[in-house]
Amino acid sequence: MPQVHDRGGWPTDEPINQEEHILSDWERRVDAMHNVLSEKGLRRTDEMRRAIESLDPATYEACSYYERWTAALEILLLEKGVISREELDGKFEEIRDRG
Amino acid sequence: MTIPHAPGNGHGGHDHEEHPGMAHDEELGYYAVRAKAMEALLVQKGICSPDEIQGMVDRLEARSPSDGARVVARAWADPAFKSLLLSDPEAALVQLGYSLPETTPKLDVVENTNELHHLVVCTLCSCYPRALLGRPPDWYKSLAYRSRAVVDPRGVISEFGLDLADDVEVRVLDSTADLRYLVLPRRPEGTEGMSEEELAGLVTRDSMIGVTDARSPQAAHSG
Repeated sequence: MPQVHDRGGWPTDEPINQEEHILSDWERRVDAMHNVLSEKGLRRTDEMRRAIESLDPATYEACSYYERWTAALEILLLEKGVISREELDGKFEEIRDRG
Repeated sequence: MTIPHAPGNGHGGHDHEEHPGMAHDEELGYYAVRAKAMEALLVQKGICSPDEIQGMVDRLEARSPSDGARVVARAWADPAFKSLLLSDPEAALVQLGYSLPETTPKLDVVENTNELHHLVVCTLCSCYPRALLGRPPDWYKSLAYRSRAVVDPRGVISEFGLDLADDVEVRVLDSTADLRYLVLPRRPEGTEGMSEEELAGLVTRDSMIGVTDARSPQAAHSG
């Protein structure tokens, strides 16, 4: 079985869907966060790819593009100790419960 | 390492990939809230400010294929610029007033001719010359394109409406984190005497990825 990112080794006959979707605000902000952190030297594209490719295949397939980016950003920020899992889980619950 | 994933995320299978037209913002899902939480912590820790993030949102929105089109039109109009663009893209871009941020990966510009056609893909994910084209289209990031571009490039190009003659060589370029490609499409026939601005109007995003040619003046005229 090829790795999750190795699409060339994963042939398909599926037609290419050429429709576009409009990004939602949170997706734009995730894109921006990646770029801001990149300029601050806290995130590199190769690190980001390695993080995305470390997602288990089921998660990778189930996630939309910016969901993967979000998952990858979380991996990198935790790995680098920029934020801790406890802090993130706490803030996540706070925002979720606030609605 | 524990991999973050959406608990109880019910949709499996790859047909979830990039539902076009599906807005995620009616209700914030797991990842959107996760992202908000990260942003709040980054701000709280003084790593970045909300203004910086908003400023970056605006900068990213401002990028579009019209930047790439301007570069291609100049290359069509000015042979010296074209040869510089092909040999030293960064130097050529500086001439047009573009200064790429330091974090921009190396750019390679490849020329499509009557004998040789380039097609750009990122099989790994979505690497793309964003500085000149903006964000990649959804299909560029789709699993189908990433797989089929390297397995059946002629079939993919034909699906986008361009039928290449059998004797045209097709080269597929797989982008990486460190190297991005911009295709310099063939200058359409019947464009002698057109201004750079008019020429730029013929240069489509898709022609700079290599899935199509630039538009003919007739096609551009009819919309």
